[in-house]
Amino acid sequence: MPKVAVIGVGQSAFVRGYPGSIRELAFDAYAEAMADAKAQNSDIGATVICSSPEYDKQRSPAGVIAEYCGLNPQPTFYVETLCSSSSTGLKLAYSLVASGLHESVMVLGFQKMSEISSAESQERMGRGADIQWESPFGTMMPAYYAMHAKAYLNQFGASEEDLALIRVKAATYGQINEKAVYRKPVELQQCLDADPVSKPLKVMDCCANADGSSCVIVASEKRAKEMGIKKPVWILGIGAASMPINMSCREKFHGLAVAEEAARQAYKMAGLGPKDINVAEVHDCFTIAEMMAYENLGFADPGQGPALIRAKETYKEGSIPVNVDGGLLSKGHPIGATGGSQVRTVVLQLRDEAGAMQVKDPQFGLVHNIGGVGLYGNVTIFGR
Amino acid sequence: MAKPEIDARFKKFGTVSFTATTKVNDFIDYLEKGQVAGTKCAKCGQVFFPPRADCFRCPGEAVEWFVVEGTGKLATFSELMYAPIGFGEDLPYAIAVLDYGDFKVFGRIGQVPFEDLTIGMDMVARANELPGGNLNYVFEKA
Ligand SMILES: [Zn+2]
Repeated sequence: MPKVAVIGVGQSAFVRGYPGSIRELAFDAYAEAMADAKAQNSDIGATVICSSPEYDKQRSPAGVIAEYCGLNPQPTFYVETLCSSSSTGLKLAYSLVASGLHESVMVLGFQKMSEISSAESQERMGRGADIQWESPFGTMMPAYYAMHAKAYLNQFGASEEDLALIRVKAATYGQINEKAVYRKPVELQQCLDADPVSKPLKVMDCCANADGSSCVIVASEKRAKEMGIKKPVWILGIGAASMPINMSCREKFHGLAVAEEAARQAYKMAGLGPKDINVAEVHDCFTIAEMMAYENLGFADPGQGPALIRAKETYKEGSIPVNVDGGLLSKGHPIGATGGSQVRTVVLQLRDEAGAMQVKDPQFGLVHNIGGVGLYGNVTIFGR
Repeated sequence: MAKPEIDARFKKFGTVSFTATTKVNDFIDYLEKGQVAGTKCAKCGQVFFPPRADCFRCPGEAVEWFVVEGTGKLATFSELMYAPIGFGEDLPYAIAVLDYGDFKVFGRIGQVPFEDLTIGMDMVARANELPGGNLNYVFEKA
């Protein structure tokens, strides 16, 4: 397989109530990634636009965004897998470059969630599950993940405090990420005393909705050389999987099989294992999601996730730093932009450009990005 | 020529239904009779819940209905204190999965006090009429 590099990354600030339209929001990430790659529009062969529909009114947003970024007449199209849309976009971009069809492809993810109310947003996300058989019962993302939390705590005798420790860690790093929406510290007791949303998950166990955009530019080895890219970050392994949408068709609830399968593929392709990973970004839309990710990615054995966080092994100085940019919990979770933002963090880490968040000398980084409730799984492994 | 009549029975499913027409509309008739039903492939015997009109192993083969009977074990659940738009009046309520061995059923908890719920407990699925005349099914203590 020909080598594919990430040559530029960008991200808007993740905010509540972005004071502009979706094309302007997307442009923020585009501009940063283009500056990062020192690229011109003529260097970009195609664009993949990623978001989750029904937050804004624009149908087929790819056309609008490509026009606004001046990326005509290159082909552009739209990709959607809920919260993992931009990881799916990356897989597609990788394939387009690896196949030789294009020398360089841009993945541009965005979401402007503030156009609708929080209750409407819960209904939209709830409809990212089975609308025929589950939504009529009044489902929403926190409730689905809460079912996993209930099963996890029951299966392994873990506590709500174990979950809260993950939020405390996220807030530690949210404070030093100037692009995060939630930049305040969070105390353990504050998490435990927070109002319940869907038991056992409380307000502090849930990520914040945000408006934001992300951009990742990938290129062939040849194009990266031609462009004089000094620190290409290589895509070494790229795994993706799906599992049944309806909860009644799932084997277990104390982990996400979709993440295990995507991880298996990515590790195999990269020829690496969990012990080789030096820094990771995992999909912590809820604290329980990060706890399950530790185990589904092999950073901890089943049931040993709580020991990992209690020993602070997933802090910046630990054996496997996870979400040292604040994660979705503190950074915010603008659905279609999230995967690209995770990729950006890992790319900056591997280039030693992550500033205050920098992990010491990482060789390999991993991104775990889940769409829906364990519906779409994406694991991507990068190397310097 | 008369317009073809649209069978929109499924509009009656749940507090808010997001689907009107499905080939398994008979599910609503079973609920009206007080039964919760799934389907089974007539050829390979694969059991489906939620019910489906097609077996993905045996395209073109018929599926037949079966009534969910006996008890299932509570696989997991969660009590909602906050609801998506359209469900606020139902609060607080709990969603859950019952494991019947051959299949699982996703639904809502019925009249059981939340503090009595424990993973692994035996429960039964019961057809339920909602205020306003819609139908769903709920899980009760066995
Ligand atoms: Zn069959």
